[in-house]
Amino acid sequence: MRIGVPREIHPGEKRVATTPDVVTGLMKLGFEITVENGAGEGASFTDEAYREAGAAIVDDADELWSGSDIVLKVRAPESEPETGRDEIDRLREGQILISFLWPGQNPELLERLAEKRVTALAMDSIPRISRAQKLDALSSMANIAGYRAVVEAADNFGRFFMGQITAAGKVPPARVLVIGAGVAGLSAIGTAKGMGAIVRAFDTRPEVNEQVESMDAEFLMLDFEEEGSGAGGYAKVMSKEFIDAEMALFRQQAEEVDIIITTALIPGKPAPKLITADMVEAMKPGSVIVDLAAEQGGNCALTEPDELVTRHGVTIIGYTDLPSRLASTASQLYATNLRHLLQDMCPEKDGEVVVDMQDEVIRGATVVRGGEITWPAPAPKPTAAPASPAAKPAAAPAPAPDGKKRTPAWLGRLVLFGLGGLALLGLGAVAPPSFMAHFTVFVLACFVGYMVVWNVTPALHTPLMSVTNAISSIIIIGALLQISSGVTWIAWLAGFTVLITSINIAGGFAVTRRMLAMFRK
Amino acid sequence: MSAGIVTVAYIGASILFILALGGLSHPETARRGNLYGIAGMGIALVATLFGVVTANYGLLIGGLAVGGLIGLLLARRVQMTQMPELVAILHSLVGLAAMLVGFANFMDPNIQYSGVEATIHDVEVYLGILIGAVTFSGSVIAFGKLSGKISGKPLMLPARHWLNLVLLLASIWYGIEFVEQSAAGAGLMPLIIMSAVALLFGIHMVMAIGGADMPVVISMLNSYSGWAAAATGFMLSNDLLIVTGALVGSSGAILSYIMCRAMNRRFLAVIAGGFGTSTGAAAADGAQGEVDPIEAPEAALLLAGAKEVMIVPGYGMAVAQAQHAVCELTKQLKDRGVNVRFGIHPVAGRMPGHMNVLLAEANVPYDIVFEMDEINDDFPDVDVSIVIGANDIVNPSAQDEPDSPIAGMPVLEVWKGTTTFVLKRSMATGYAGVQNPLFFKDNTRMLFGDARDSLADVLRNL
Repeated sequence: MRIGVPREIHPGEKRVATTPDVVTGLMKLGFEITVENGAGEGASFTDEAYREAGAAIVDDADELWSGSDIVLKVRAPESEPETGRDEIDRLREGQILISFLWPGQNPELLERLAEKRVTALAMDSIPRISRAQKLDALSSMANIAGYRAVVEAADNFGRFFMGQITAAGKVPPARVLVIGAGVAGLSAIGTAKGMGAIVRAFDTRPEVNEQVESMDAEFLMLDFEEEGSGAGGYAKVMSKEFIDAEMALFRQQAEEVDIIITTALIPGKPAPKLITADMVEAMKPGSVIVDLAAEQGGNCALTEPDELVTRHGVTIIGYTDLPSRLASTASQLYATNLRHLLQDMCPEKDGEVVVDMQDEVIRGATVVRGGEITWPAPAPKPTAAPASPAAKPAAAPAPAPDGKKRTPAWLGRLVLFGLGGLALLGLGAVAPPSFMAHFTVFVLACFVGYMVVWNVTPALHTPLMSVTNAISSIIIIGALLQISSGVTWIAWLAGFTVLITSINIAGGFAVTRRMLAMFRK
Repeated sequence: MSAGIVTVAYIGASILFILALGGLSHPETARRGNLYGIAGMGIALVATLFGVVTANYGLLIGGLAVGGLIGLLLARRVQMTQMPELVAILHSLVGLAAMLVGFANFMDPNIQYSGVEATIHDVEVYLGILIGAVTFSGSVIAFGKLSGKISGKPLMLPARHWLNLVLLLASIWYGIEFVEQSAAGAGLMPLIIMSAVALLFGIHMVMAIGGADMPVVISMLNSYSGWAAAATGFMLSNDLLIVTGALVGSSGAILSYIMCRAMNRRFLAVIAGGFGTSTGAAAADGAQGEVDPIEAPEAALLLAGAKEVMIVPGYGMAVAQAQHAVCELTKQLKDRGVNVRFGIHPVAGRMPGHMNVLLAEANVPYDIVFEMDEINDDFPDVDVSIVIGANDIVNPSAQDEPDSPIAGMPVLEVWKGTTTFVLKRSMATGYAGVQNPLFFKDNTRMLFGDARDSLADVLRNL
């Protein structure tokens, strides 16, 4: 099948849905690829590079749309600013469109796609299960947005991130508060930390505490018991009391920190307002707020989407195109996510895709199928569910045999000791004293061996074997006792035994020596 | 030399042997321990030579000289990867010696006992020969399997458990027969038949055991060679032999126990053999998915960016002779300030401690080589784990799948690290015949090819 990758027409959008690297990967799956002239320009991929990777380049967008079986895009289809032509009009029946579609926010888009009788997969609707991580484009983009948010903040912040003590005086480190420790939040934490700032983070989901602390950031705790984890790894709406406590915390933090990066989103709802106007006022002049939720209305009351504004001396950044501002990496990651999706849809690697509605991942992503709206997909399972079935069977069978065995083990040991004692008594009753003397030595030697060998370090188990091998050849004494026998053949037999045991003695000790000499610090 | 002095010398030798084993608790003291062992052996030999031997010195010295020379040559020539074979063949010599000494002792007309003592002596002779024979034939087969002269696959005779039982009963019956006939002055015939049965038993037992169970088999044969020496000691009323035999016997037994525990299997189940063949179905329906292959340059890039690297070697490293390449990689990474450590599973390789010896040979310092229990909790902090030719010992299904044949076996939890790459020749299953879900995990990359070549490639790109 032929894949077409058009140039993004949204103003300012620099990303592209495939890169030369990914073209090579897609061709291995049996696809043919056409790329529109100049599609990769914004992300610094030249037409030449695409051509070298094996893609065909066409100049005309119409030709590209009509000639493709699958269209890969970044943004949802929209109307072209100059010509007024709509990308949806270019779609034809039976085509497959894969891009971000935001079906929740764009019901009319879905209807138009359904009218066109195309199949549409929304990269933003891929369920967040571990198997689908490699095609999770939202995570890829969120990661970039988090990084870029710190870069934008640094750009507009008049100080170092890292504290320094210079000959010209001391510079304090920047204090950064990250609200929402999702993918974007964690990425922002890591970036800010890497630049030397003091980073704090807040999240309503207590389970991310560990992740935050693993990045050396401080996790701000509320003195409040409420579980904030919703389905699919997202946060949910919290109670009034919780929000009050949360707001008090933010108000206090606003006075202390220099930079606030907010990433709080609740699926299908406007972004929660976490930073009120008076909190902005309370911040020090020169502080920066980066609002990653600007597109959904913003976490900060004063955010203006797509704009950089200064209010009460605080710079508030509401850019919604942060991933596009890192176009090369964003394109590379997004294109790889697409390739993984196509790889899942094309199990035969023959360039033919199958939209398998039994597959949880494909089912989740498919929002329109042959004229029928299939969104929303059945809800994904809660986060805890995938972990517990694996853990339970592993844990459950283990205690059962133990419980059964406990009494017999204790009983068995008693029986063993009893039998052993009886056997020894029986032996003592019939055996002559000379034998018992040897037997005493034997039993004691077994115990000495037991005690000594448990102390041997496992690293030296091979030398242990070779040295025990050498000393067990002490059996040579037996042969030495016989070698002086008057009977010739016994003497010769003993001679032969001496020969083979001395191989063992010399070989065993020498090889042990050789091995031990190699163990060096 | 009086008998008293000989006895004192034997006591000294026993103590030195104990010290020799005690020294192995640490690599620093182990070298001295080996010297103690040599000294003990020397004292015992000299005391016996001057105290007991009265004739045939030529034969004696000749045997010592020729045997010693062969032994030294063997020790010098052997490659570290062949250690298991050498140990196996040396075990067989102890077994053979025990048999020969037993026969010679029985046939010696100068040795006469009466009453209960005669019976006990006969039982001792019988046991010495029995254990010696099993050790001898078992070790020879183990040698064949380890050196590749015999297929490493377990030989699965029909009704093999019954065959073992019949052989066991036969040897007991001939034992009773032997003691009875011996009292009447005969008994050579049952002794010979019993030896043949014991030899057969040894062969059959080891034939039924697969390659990766060899650590248990070798430890077990090690133990047997000790018990054979102890039985010979009883036969000759010689306490030095008894003490030494008991030391070696318990050492081997403990090793077998450690190996079995590391595979979460019962000793009897290992010895009964046949593991890894009855579970073919499990391999077929095991976890499937998509593997992520990786090329050497990318692997080098991963390593270059890592701070904590854990290397997990397995038998594949020994087969590919990759230990020197591993050491070179370790050195380069350490020079860049990467913390490189090794995680060794107790049953990695073909004998206890096999991996440690190979790494020591390649000059990997022993203080960065750790046992499984020491480092298993550290994997979450590891950036890159390199699995070299290991499979079952890093299989997560031992923990996740209660139905798996290896369920409950302790494994190295490499998948908890950030990235793992696995050096492997193909996607073939490990010894247990179980598919390894590790290979399909998102944070696992497969570097296919010969381990030594792959590592050399990675090094070039580093």
